[in-house]
Amino acid sequence: MISASGLTKRYGNFTAVDGIDFEVARGESFGVLGPNGAGKSTTMRMIAATLLRTSGDLTILGKDPSRAGPAIRAHLGVVPQQDNNDAELTVRENLYVYGRYFGLPRSYLKPRIEELLAFAQLEDKRDTKIDTLSGGMKRRLTIARGLINDPEILMLDEPTTGLDPQARHILWDRLFRLKEDGATLVVTTHHMDEAEQLCDRLVVMDRGRIVAEGTPASLIREYASREVVEVRFGSDHNAEIAPLIADIGERTEVLPDRILIYTETGEESLQAIVARGFSPVTSLVRRSSLEDVFLRLTGRTLEDE
Amino acid sequence: MSLVTRAPAHSPEVDRRAARRGALYVAEYRLRSMWKWRRSIITDGLGNPILYLTSIGLGVGSLVNANLGPTGIDGVPYLVFLAPALITAAAMQGVMNEIMFPTLAGFLWDKGFFAMRATPISGGQIADGLLLAASARIVFTTIVYWLVLLAFGAVGWSSALTLIPVAILAGLSWGAAMLAATANVKDDSGFISLAMRIVIMPMFLFSGTFYPLSSLPLAVQWIGWISPLWHATELGRWLSYGMAMPPWQVAVSLAYLLGLGALGLIIARRRFERRLTS
Repeated sequence: MISASGLTKRYGNFTAVDGIDFEVARGESFGVLGPNGAGKSTTMRMIAATLLRTSGDLTILGKDPSRAGPAIRAHLGVVPQQDNNDAELTVRENLYVYGRYFGLPRSYLKPRIEELLAFAQLEDKRDTKIDTLSGGMKRRLTIARGLINDPEILMLDEPTTGLDPQARHILWDRLFRLKEDGATLVVTTHHMDEAEQLCDRLVVMDRGRIVAEGTPASLIREYASREVVEVRFGSDHNAEIAPLIADIGERTEVLPDRILIYTETGEESLQAIVARGFSPVTSLVRRSSLEDVFLRLTGRTLEDE
Repeated sequence: MSLVTRAPAHSPEVDRRAARRGALYVAEYRLRSMWKWRRSIITDGLGNPILYLTSIGLGVGSLVNANLGPTGIDGVPYLVFLAPALITAAAMQGVMNEIMFPTLAGFLWDKGFFAMRATPISGGQIADGLLLAASARIVFTTIVYWLVLLAFGAVGWSSALTLIPVAILAGLSWGAAMLAATANVKDDSGFISLAMRIVIMPMFLFSGTFYPLSSLPLAVQWIGWISPLWHATELGRWLSYGMAMPPWQVAVSLAYLLGLGALGLIIARRRFERRLTS
């Protein structure tokens, strides 16, 4: 469905996307993971055929977006990072107007809108002006809008950023249903849990480059250990104590507020630390996540910047 | 119910139609938004001429006519002299509401143009669609204004086919120019009030609106010469009551309005396209 090689976008001297290669197959849920400013949104806009690339090859649905922009966009659904529904129109009108932009006839749009209102759980809000909707509802409306043309690829840029946990879970549930229906999804996120929930396969981007690629599980296997012990000795002591316990795990990361010890057996490692006479203020044993993969690959946490 | 199976509506024919008719879909959306403002559009459309004609047309007019006799300015009553200027100014003011606000909203406030741009619609088609929908407001404003002028006895029936088209042309031309000017605004703080103060007010006051341009000192007459309002008003006076106007001046004024409109739209299309693809 999508094929990129050497894809590059430069703004003057600044290289936002620096020669990346990837492929997305039909029915796949593909994630682009990275911190703010990694080039995720720029990549998404190039795939969405709304931003021209500087160099490299890009094929979407078998066409070149530099030449066939409108024909490609006709078959994409785009959910931008920032909701941009029309505040003056109602929920239903927003869907209708957007469908018209695709040249879709009334006879198609009427039943389609009913379907999408049900999908987005917005049936009660159909005649409500959108400025009174909650953040989660607006987001679901934007996703419903992105589906109005029955797209072959649905692109979601940071779909749940800024939502409260409950709203996020409702949204994930909706997106998961799309996935089960066989939709091709392209998702950018800087939330690890989101990538783990939604993506079959993902690339990790940092500073415009792809630094790793794989399934969430394979990335964790490759770049992190099975478990992680997080210990805190207070910000003044972490750096001091870290070298003294470094040999307990396979690898240690010292962050300003905590020490991470990568190990196969978390509980045993924690006991070993305590046995050496160190008593952490707090401690936590957990399974490794994509967050750890990212830390390993870039030396930074995702929430940094 | 499956949400991602291919719907029969999604044919290559639909795609081609979408690419061809983008401007119409944008205009359809704009008319829908304008419909929500119908009360203020109607109030504005009716209130504006009634207020101006009563206060200036009748009020100032009685002074002018008392001083200069009923054939005061240019051989006609003041109201007749004033009418072509007022209807043109109203068309130009009306179109600004439907150009500046939606353009700032689309690029800056709710970023609706970026949503449109994710569909087959191009930036140029968005510009076309805005102007197309704004022309509906121009036509409405102009016709209402003309009816009020008729009721005040400021114009005759025959001017329907001359004065109205000139005012509509002025509105479209000005609308296109404003579209180009607003398309590049990155920071809206004060843009509209600045435009009003520096461009709109001087243009309204110095375009021979309330008295012939020739009664102004030569030093400020140039404001009239570059003002589309003046060109359209001259044409309107020539058409409505037969003000003396040499053929070359008719040609220049007409070409000025057409040229401003065409140039405005070309620049606007280009700026919309560039801003939405970079």
